Amino acid sequence: MRIVVDVQRCRGAGQCTLTAPEVFDQDEEDGTVIVLVDEPPPDLHQAVEAAAGLCPNSVIRLEN
Amino acid sequence: MNSDVSVDSQPMPAALPRVDQVQPAGENDAAEENNAADLRLPMDRGECPFDPPAEYKRLRDEDPVSRLAFPDGGDGWLLSRYEDVRSLLADPRSSSHLGLGSNPIREVPPGAEELLEIRPGQFIAMDPPEHTRYRRLLTGQFTVRRMNALTPRIEQIVADHLDAMASMARPVDLVAAFALPVPSLVICELLGVPYADRELFQHRTRTLLSMTTDGPTLVRVRNELVQYMLDLVQAKRLQPGDDLLSGLIAREDDPEGALTDEELVSIGNLLLLAGHETTANMLALGTLALLEHPAQLAALRADPSLIDRAVEELLRYLTIVQFGLVRIATEDVEVGGQRIRAGTPVVAAVAAANRDPKQFPEPDELDLSRAYSPHLAFGHGIHQCLGQQLARVEMKVGFTALLERFPSLRLAVPLDQVRMRDDTFIYGVHELPVTWDGVEG
Repeated sequence: MRIVVDVQRCRGAGQCTLTAPEVFDQDEEDGTVIVLVDEPPPDLHQAVEAAAGLCPNSVIRLEN
Repeated sequence: MNSDVSVDSQPMPAALPRVDQVQPAGENDAAEENNAADLRLPMDRGECPFDPPAEYKRLRDEDPVSRLAFPDGGDGWLLSRYEDVRSLLADPRSSSHLGLGSNPIREVPPGAEELLEIRPGQFIAMDPPEHTRYRRLLTGQFTVRRMNALTPRIEQIVADHLDAMASMARPVDLVAAFALPVPSLVICELLGVPYADRELFQHRTRTLLSMTTDGPTLVRVRNELVQYMLDLVQAKRLQPGDDLLSGLIAREDDPEGALTDEELVSIGNLLLLAGHETTANMLALGTLALLEHPAQLAALRADPSLIDRAVEELLRYLTIVQFGLVRIATEDVEVGGQRIRAGTPVVAAVAAANRDPKQFPEPDELDLSRAYSPHLAFGHGIHQCLGQQLARVEMKVGFTALLERFPSLRLAVPLDQVRMRDDTFIYGVHELPVTWDGVEG
């Protein structure tokens, strides 16, 4: 799994950081998404998929 | 309170009916305009005070994209299915700017017309790119990390109020003793608003959000809140503190960040209103829902680690932005097989969507162990609640400490004597008389 985000469309709701804090964080200044781990290990895939589904602006794309 | 209030989730402000600056529908659409809409926004709840109007069940099954009659004689659409509501709120062709002017509940009260004007900084009623600029200035202040860092202070505030409550004569009104003051103090400290002024803004906020307030009163109360916040902003320009408003003021040399007094006033009042009123209602109504579902309450008491799920389930089950969110289509769009024409107001019934059985099995059951599924209580799309992470922390800490402190907490009156807030844009209870066994506290 590889994570690609579109920061331009992020509005900083924080759903990703809440759901998968090992993988996502937020910029201190504007709250937009920061990917901590581009290719998360399998045990985090479920949380990452949940985070992608929760994002209110569909900013997170998952590639195989 | 609509989707950027509680905090990007703007519920419809009481004062704001529809504006006529929308594009008229095409002239050759007579056929689809022939039958005037006769459905009014469902508002009658049945016996269970936690359930949305039963009419939504029928609409979801038979007429999920329904023509809706507005009180001013215009018409629009009502969406009641999860999938449709979610996609509308995420659709860049749905405008919040015009939506603020379309009120499916009542016409603009005479004398309140001036409230239709969108003021600088009122970002819940804006579209990109204006919305983007304000939101970017604020989201850094409401991140998961920052809100989690507030936990110890919120725990202290909650404990102080529970201590005070324990020494009061029973029964105690949980709204006045706990649910309202806790989020009020938290947002005051965060923004830098003196808590001593709470009666001024709490009372006016409630007046502003009531559907029964007359036009002149709405205008007067709004102007008083504007003047209050303006005085505060100007004082902070001279003597900044360590708070959010002072932080926004300090960006005056940054071309992206510089905000005028007028913008700061709008932002300050919006965050103040959204920051206390929404969470207050979730704390009180959520407590009532738990007390009325003893098996669920027992499960939460037995395993406090359920609290994260419990908070999400209460948000879904109660969906206090009770009348939904309004948007205006900026282009012709198709939703559920219906063509919605540019310029038409659309009500996204988030409370109905959060009870859609296609998304939530047994949707009318409060089930704290429910496998999490994204609810729409904070809205969706670019306006999804700015303060949602703060609200979550306040609820987690608040419910946990309340239940721990009062193991025998119970309602002090029959359920049917609890006055529900049917007449305000944010649902909840007016008062919640509770009691507990004498040895506690």
